[in-house]
Amino acid sequence: MTLTLAILVPLLPFLGALAGLACGRRAPGMARPLAVLPTLTAAVLAVVVAARLGPGHILDAATELTPTGGVQIYLSLNLDGIAVLLAVLVGVVATCVQVYSTAYLREDPRYPSYAALVSLFTSAMLLVLYSGDLIVLLVGWEVMGICSYFLVGHHWEREDARSASIKAFLVTKLGDVPFLFGIFVLAGDAGTFQINGVIGAATTGHLHHATLAALLLLCGVAGKSAQFPLHTWLPDAMAGPTPVSALIHAATMVAAGVYLVARLMPVFLLSTAALVVLGVMAVITMIGSALCALAQDDLKRVLAYSTVGQLGYMTGALAVGDRDAALFHLLTHGAFKALLFLAAGVVIHAAHTNSLTAMARPGGLSPDGSGISGTGGSGAGLLRRRVPDAYTTMGIGLLALAGVPPFSGFFSKESVLTAAEQAANGHALTDGLGPAGNVPCFLGWTVLVGGLLTALLTAMYVARLWLLAFHPRGAQSVGGENAGAKVTTAEPAAMRWPLWLLAVPSLALGLVGLRTNWLPAWLDGVSLTPSLPTSLIGTGVALLGFGLAYAAWRRAAATLPADAVAAGAVADPGRVLLGPLFGPARDGFGVDRLYDRLFVRPVLGAAELVAFLDREVVETYVKGAAISPGLVGRVVRRAQNGNTQGYLSALAAGVVVLAIVVAVAQ
Amino acid sequence: MNVVPSVVGSGHSFLSPTGVEIVFVLVGLAVLGAALLTVTTKQLVHAALWLVVALGGLAVEYLLLTAEFIAWAQVLIYVGAVVVLVLFGLMLTRAPIGESPDADSGNRWLALAVALAAAATLVTLVVDAFRTTWIDLGTVAGSTAANGVTLFRYWVLPFEALSVLLLAALVGAIVLSRRRDDDSRSDHRGER
Amino acid sequence: MHLVYPAVLAALLFCVGLYGVLARRNAVLMLMSVELMLNAVNLNLVAFDVWLRDSLHAGQALTLFTITIAAAEIGIGLAVVLLVFRNRGTADIDRVGRLHDGDEPDGDQLVDPTEGKATVG
Repeated sequence: MTLTLAILVPLLPFLGALAGLACGRRAPGMARPLAVLPTLTAAVLAVVVAARLGPGHILDAATELTPTGGVQIYLSLNLDGIAVLLAVLVGVVATCVQVYSTAYLREDPRYPSYAALVSLFTSAMLLVLYSGDLIVLLVGWEVMGICSYFLVGHHWEREDARSASIKAFLVTKLGDVPFLFGIFVLAGDAGTFQINGVIGAATTGHLHHATLAALLLLCGVAGKSAQFPLHTWLPDAMAGPTPVSALIHAATMVAAGVYLVARLMPVFLLSTAALVVLGVMAVITMIGSALCALAQDDLKRVLAYSTVGQLGYMTGALAVGDRDAALFHLLTHGAFKALLFLAAGVVIHAAHTNSLTAMARPGGLSPDGSGISGTGGSGAGLLRRRVPDAYTTMGIGLLALAGVPPFSGFFSKESVLTAAEQAANGHALTDGLGPAGNVPCFLGWTVLVGGLLTALLTAMYVARLWLLAFHPRGAQSVGGENAGAKVTTAEPAAMRWPLWLLAVPSLALGLVGLRTNWLPAWLDGVSLTPSLPTSLIGTGVALLGFGLAYAAWRRAAATLPADAVAAGAVADPGRVLLGPLFGPARDGFGVDRLYDRLFVRPVLGAAELVAFLDREVVETYVKGAAISPGLVGRVVRRAQNGNTQGYLSALAAGVVVLAIVVAVAQ
Repeated sequence: MNVVPSVVGSGHSFLSPTGVEIVFVLVGLAVLGAALLTVTTKQLVHAALWLVVALGGLAVEYLLLTAEFIAWAQVLIYVGAVVVLVLFGLMLTRAPIGESPDADSGNRWLALAVALAAAATLVTLVVDAFRTTWIDLGTVAGSTAANGVTLFRYWVLPFEALSVLLLAALVGAIVLSRRRDDDSRSDHRGER
Repeated sequence: MHLVYPAVLAALLFCVGLYGVLARRNAVLMLMSVELMLNAVNLNLVAFDVWLRDSLHAGQALTLFTITIAAAEIGIGLAVVLLVFRNRGTADIDRVGRLHDGDEPDGDQLVDPTEGKATVG
């Protein structure tokens, strides 16, 4: 029974996607039910499956797909605590996103295909989670990639959406090719594609190329989970619709990489080199992305860089050997980041702009939302009063992101820092998955220091976001609360209650890690209770970050000249905090430009060379074949130009030649 | 046909020419010069006059070769009739008096090349073949009596055919150059 | 005399006539050059006849025939040149090269310049 339900969980959204694609145009009234109902049912069934499975149990079922003659591929399910919990998360977030999208994309003519693709994506992610075979997992992995391409490029009329979707696709594929080879190496060593088989081979010492396999797999993880150096696609992917960002780039697809490492943790624990690479990657990603988030003007890009950084936390936890902390953070992050993205969607919808600078202008927003500040702009009302639900829930999400107790983010972030601290002391929390001695101490220190620094920076950019978006300076002095203007809330119900639904776990999910027979029982049993010194340091760091950002904001506002204010400049604490780094941070530290020079331009140059060769060399032959009869014709035509004396001359010349020939030959 | 070629004499060399040869060469030079002027001068009427000189010179050559009937026929017909016809043709086609700059067409260089090549070939061949041949001019070969006898005895049929040809040419020339009086003259009267 | 002299003279005269035929633009001048060629042929015939002294006097007979035919030819030729001149307004070989089908910017159509201007010219 559980098996049947478990099969239905990925199957229902898949069928919903097919039905949506098939009859989306013919029966547009069916599009919304077909979007929401299969996903909702799948979420409910995922909860049921999790309940029936219970903590600590594993469900394993396999059937041979086709006889391949070599290494067998099985269509297999392997459900353990990790998989079912994450499936519940995916189902809940996907349902919220689908409901939200019915209102967000109400006027969109391509809504049916969008909803079908979101359902397909959900089904692929659930397949990745439930799969027990590496090749089936790869299938789900790749389907997610292609759905991401379609969904990011949903507004393909816009240039930035088109280029962002191609960039996302190419960068993740760049990581997926080594990923595929990593799978082959694993299967070659273990003799099977089954994940259980691979893990068994890892624990019994049959994996001879663990480092090679782990490093290759890390390339795919870096691409999918947007870690340095393959992180560049995620900020640009914000060109897609906001619900897509909430689903794909917060809760699910980017989490797939973390999930894979967690699943294959015994393999990774066999190789110190892979762990070090993972850890260094994580720390660079964490700090770099937090600096960039502090300088962005676009609200969604701040959240995108924030996602990259939080994923760095998870990969950092994995690098020090503790997968439970990583998965805990994955769960909480999925909830609060999805909440943040959906709330951001409401805010952007109401403010008619993505730009924090526009939202922070003192005149408030003019009725047409162009955000023109200045002399007595009437303003349609403060943003936070226009969308109170989004304001409140976004506040909850931001506090969870910053890691303030008692929000969920605090608990999960502390568990990561605790794991790093334990690894730094030499007792990595691997819980028997692999040799703890393979986690070097310096790695623990690196992750710990990086994590604390990132917590500080996170608190800073959280405060900056909140201040710039919802507290424009001087709004109170201008008659911003014009009763005649639209003070009514602009959010439809379908965009509001998903926010509240996700606010609950953002608030409370952290508490499930406190007792070992709650969340840890589903995972590996490692304690997720934060240690007291770490909690104090972590909280202190977060509060310090808030304070620094607030002080910088006041300072920036004080030093802003009046005419600059009239021209539309705002007090940006990021400028004060980052100083000379502000420009490079806003630009993503030039990584895009570097890639452009290293890869894009040579490829484009090679393409131009090929086009040039085709045009000038190959086609020249073709054109020459066409031109040469023309030339021959033109030459031959001269024998018919009507000049009689010319004809006679040619005749006489011929006769003379013949005479000479005859004379000589005699 | 009994052909009696002259025996190659050992005493005839190019370095001691006879009087006939000297005169022949001098007149030949004059003929060539006149012919060259005919084909190169830019004054069209002068070309016709130089043609007269060339044809007259040729008549003298015929006399030197003891073909007197041919010589007088040449003078009568060519110098007397043909050149007059040519002059009439020039006048009727409004040949400009004086220099006309476009008397030579653009083909002249090709023509020059061809002519030079032909000249070189022919002269080489002829000199190579007939270097040692000697004409015996002792007896008169082209007297009127002799010509008349052969013409009316052996060449009667071609002679008669030739008269028909001449008649045809005469009639043809008249027909060709006749104006169509009814329509063309009235047309031109209407245009005036 | 050596046969070479008349033979070479005839060859050179022939080539001069050949040059004239190919290089001259006016039709009448072309006919004059043709006359030169025919005369060269005549000279050749006469010289060889005098050398060979055959009983038929073929060379001299043929020379007479050539003279006759040349006369006939020049008569007809000049008549044709006159007709062309009347139709095209020019006696230049270059300018009468095209067939007179359709609209031609070439030459004056059907106007005889020798008429009507005789009193003036």
